[in-house]
Amino acid sequence: MNSSILIIGLTMALSIFLGLRARKGQEMKLEQWAVAERNFGSLIMFVLMAGEMFSTFVFLGASGAAYRMGGPTIYIFCALTYIIPFWILPPIWRYAKKHNLLTQSDFFAKKYDSKPLGLLVAVIGVISIIPYIVLQLKGFQIIVSEASYGMIPPTIAVWVGMIIVTVFVYVSGIHGSAWTAVLKDILMLVVILFLGTYLPFHYYGGVQPMFEALDQAKPGFLLLPDKGLSISWYVSICLTIALGQYMWPHCFGASLSSKSETALRKNTAVLPLYQIILVFILFIGFTAVLQVPNLEGAASDLALFQISKQVLPPWFIGVIGSAGLLAALVPCSLLVLTAATILSKNIYKAVKPETSDKKLAQLTKIFVPILSLVSLYFTFFGGNTMLTLLTMAYSFVLQLFPPLAFSLMKKNPITKAGASVGMVVGVALVAYFTITNQTMASLFPSAPHLIQDLDIGVVAITINTFIMLLVSVVTSRVLVQKPLINDINS
Amino acid sequence: MKKWIALLTIIPAIGSLTVINKIEPYIFGLPFIVFWSTAWLILTSVCLFICNAIYDKREEKQQ
Repeated sequence: MNSSILIIGLTMALSIFLGLRARKGQEMKLEQWAVAERNFGSLIMFVLMAGEMFSTFVFLGASGAAYRMGGPTIYIFCALTYIIPFWILPPIWRYAKKHNLLTQSDFFAKKYDSKPLGLLVAVIGVISIIPYIVLQLKGFQIIVSEASYGMIPPTIAVWVGMIIVTVFVYVSGIHGSAWTAVLKDILMLVVILFLGTYLPFHYYGGVQPMFEALDQAKPGFLLLPDKGLSISWYVSICLTIALGQYMWPHCFGASLSSKSETALRKNTAVLPLYQIILVFILFIGFTAVLQVPNLEGAASDLALFQISKQVLPPWFIGVIGSAGLLAALVPCSLLVLTAATILSKNIYKAVKPETSDKKLAQLTKIFVPILSLVSLYFTFFGGNTMLTLLTMAYSFVLQLFPPLAFSLMKKNPITKAGASVGMVVGVALVAYFTITNQTMASLFPSAPHLIQDLDIGVVAITINTFIMLLVSVVTSRVLVQKPLINDINS
Repeated sequence: MKKWIALLTIIPAIGSLTVINKIEPYIFGLPFIVFWSTAWLILTSVCLFICNAIYDKREEKQQ
């Protein structure tokens, strides 16, 4: 038991050390602090981008989802997710470099030549990021209290975690997360590969016997069912993730920190291979189904820890805990960093344009602890509705995709009015559906399952695109007509 | 050309779901549906590497 706490403590100390050491000998301007002056080579970029995806969700959520949902969990490694960034990231990066843009909001504002549009994107970004941070903190809570066998109280764990994040984001900016991300990825790879192979072999003598036993005990558990988590659900959720993933301001921002376009493209080509690790997480969850039965609802997220504790010594639980806590802290710091930059550069500056760059850099740092406190507040008092909020946030950022995709075309048919109205409608629809607890099934009770099982984000993005095109056609006519009238007058 | 290669990876990955939604046969110890989605991770990566190579060559020519 003590060996487990010792290992967790050492990992925390090491991550602080790495985070603080990262800034050594570097003068930090805002661009250096936020995107490292686009100086990250392939390897570190890769770890940063992949690292953000391998958060606590993967660790606890994915094994829990496999335990709870069975076969449909394969949606978490849909290959489609990695084709989209391959096409959209390089042009985004080129444009951002040419115009010296730091954030997603800058990008939209420049592309559509509209500061209010940039502000809108910034607000959507910050609103979406906070539930994401809270989810990481909640995961952190579970990981530390489970791995310490309940010896470290969750409340203290979260405070310590958030203080670490605040300190190294404040001091080192993106450099801090980059080096800790390397440590985290190595630890996670080792732990997941080991558990994913050891557990099925220990309990069933192999992976195939494990699947066979599971299929026999629960027929149909490993397949996509006819309704509910059906094929049309699978396709729509894959689309939501594929299109939405890089609309997260932090993913968008992290890709801007790449040194070259080639580095960026190489990264997106390797990312799918990296996802194979998720298959091993599935093994862990599937093994747990028959071995630690009766975990219901939120408790299913404990599947990984429960089954590991049955067979592994405390020091190894400590190693698992260390990997898990870094999996929460690294994405958390990237999220806080992004949100702080957006708040100062895209929201504060949009309201008060005369702010100097030096003042702005100071402001960004002040926002770091403020954001941390807000997230802590929601972690303690937000209740379990956070998961619902995260699903909502995912569908929120998805609404940024249509105007972005169109803006990459040589001749963008979308006007700023069209883009804004489309996004607002999309976001409003998602919020309405979530708050009133509606799904496609409850809205259209008599529709075929093909339609009923659609993810709400996909429905909203479709309506969003339609309205965006409609408004753009109307507003661009107005724009074309105006000069004509002027001509007649003169 | 490279656009078509990328598109090719999408169609089989989601279009043939009805056919692959089954457990038998097991391949490398994985139920067919799990094997299929894993295989596409590898194939996607390979396709994107080919795209990269084509892309780089074209850029060299232009210079």
